[in-house]
Amino acid sequence: MLIPSVIVLILFHFYPLWGVSLAFVDYNKFRGLGGSDFVGFEVFAEVFGSAHTWQLIRNTVMIAVGQIVVGQVAALLFALMLYEVASRKFRRVVQTLATFPHFLSWVIVGGVLIQMLQTTGYLNDFIESIGLPRIGFLSSPEIFPWTIILSDVWKGFGFASVLYLAALMRVNPELYEAAAVDGAGRLARLRHITLPGIAPIVVLLACLSMGSVLNAGMEQILVLYNPLVYETGDIIDTWVYRKGILESQYSVATAVGLFKALVGFTLIMVSYWAAARFAKYNIW
Amino acid sequence: MAMVKERSPKDFAIDAFLYVVLTGLALACVLPFIHVVAVSLSSRPAVDAQQVGLWPVGFNLDNYEKLIGNLQFLRSFAISVLRVVVGVIVSLVLVVLTAYPLSKDHIRMPGRTAYKICLLIGLLFSGGLIPTFLALRSLGMIDTFWVLIAPVALQIFFVIVMLNFFRGVPRELEEAAAIDGASDFQILLKVYLPLSKPALATVSLFVAVMHWNSWFDGAVFINDSTRWPLQTYLYSQVVTNPGSMIDATQFQNLTPQGQVASLIVVAAVPILMLYPFLQRYFTTGMVVGSVKE
Repeated sequence: MLIPSVIVLILFHFYPLWGVSLAFVDYNKFRGLGGSDFVGFEVFAEVFGSAHTWQLIRNTVMIAVGQIVVGQVAALLFALMLYEVASRKFRRVVQTLATFPHFLSWVIVGGVLIQMLQTTGYLNDFIESIGLPRIGFLSSPEIFPWTIILSDVWKGFGFASVLYLAALMRVNPELYEAAAVDGAGRLARLRHITLPGIAPIVVLLACLSMGSVLNAGMEQILVLYNPLVYETGDIIDTWVYRKGILESQYSVATAVGLFKALVGFTLIMVSYWAAARFAKYNIW
Repeated sequence: MAMVKERSPKDFAIDAFLYVVLTGLALACVLPFIHVVAVSLSSRPAVDAQQVGLWPVGFNLDNYEKLIGNLQFLRSFAISVLRVVVGVIVSLVLVVLTAYPLSKDHIRMPGRTAYKICLLIGLLFSGGLIPTFLALRSLGMIDTFWVLIAPVALQIFFVIVMLNFFRGVPRELEEAAAIDGASDFQILLKVYLPLSKPALATVSLFVAVMHWNSWFDGAVFINDSTRWPLQTYLYSQVVTNPGSMIDATQFQNLTPQGQVASLIVVAAVPILMLYPFLQRYFTTGMVVGSVKE
């Protein structure tokens, strides 16, 4: 029974790993990978000697950390607000609407956002109509990272809140009844019952999110960025795509990609370790 | 929290605040999409003058008529449908065939742990974009339909989900079937799969959405634009050359925004149709993955 998956695993997951050796050769397109000259860590030295690479890493981490922190806080707040609302029907409608964008591709969402956020878009029309200058959401290097962070949060907070809500629903209702009898107010119940009740899932998600510190959302940025904002908006993945696929500079692109894969792998391992240590989580 | 009855004015103020904020958030999530639908149905003067809000101005179907006559659109739509159908079948078969033997913890199987570690490495570590691209090229898959299917065929995350689900099936059922002389395959087909419908539905839905939404693989691995899936075509229209679809003048209401808008709507509708099911299963999906014996 395992044979089909072994074949797929080898061909499409392990065979490509062989290609990371590109990072250690001076790739010659006519002689292929096997015929290219081995240069050791020269490509790495070249890549990491360049300030531009560090700029990419900085952009990636800034955007990803922003997405994680703002996204998780927004999801938690949203879940808590929904939970505080008594009407079940209202809760369901709001959740249904807020979760929807998560399931659409970044091409669709990007198409929608570009119409809204470009300098001539309707959000800027509105901003101008109340007497403020137009904002370069997609064209100003200072603002673009925030556009990316906030649009990612906008697309994902509803879905991210599902886990928090599920945890909230498991808080023992008898605790609230007991607290009400003791005269605890709304805020007291929130502080002493609700928050401690969902603390484990908050800790778990915080641990696991460490694994995605280098994932700033390639598809999102590819759809929304342009050369005007490369300075702050270009991330490792988008750069690798342009260098490697569009410009066919395989060796440098592979070296940067390999760096990302290795650091990413380490981060995931650390995050699993932390999750197991602090939240008793085990994926197998 | 229905158990707390007495409501002070302060409680009322908090409630009002919550309702307003939550309504605002929910609207913020859907209004931009409704605007795009309205643009796709509006007349050219209205779109050019930016008069369209949330309701079509000068209602007409020119954008959609033009789309239906657009050969590249029809082709990419068909490719997307095909990749969803083929992709879901392939992934389901692979996930079940991989998870089932691995879930039999009580039967000794040489190399089980080693294979699990291989899967975990496959899940967590990839060579990156360029090695993947070159590997697919050396396998002769660039510009073929299968380049959209094969690299994502083995959904290792869902193998883990299925594995945990199979583990939760009571072993007595299997033993009873084995006493009746059922083979391993029969036990899988007749005992396990019928019990696994929610898990299988979850996997199918998520793989279907993933396939429908994928566009980057098409953009990287397929140069021939006649073989692109719908989302890659949409990407080329949104980013690369907006409005290149507009050539003929027999439709007086065509605008670049309107054409892209109608394409966005068509690409989003299948997700909208699946959404009720997705909603039913996404919590199951997450919970199933975490259930352990």
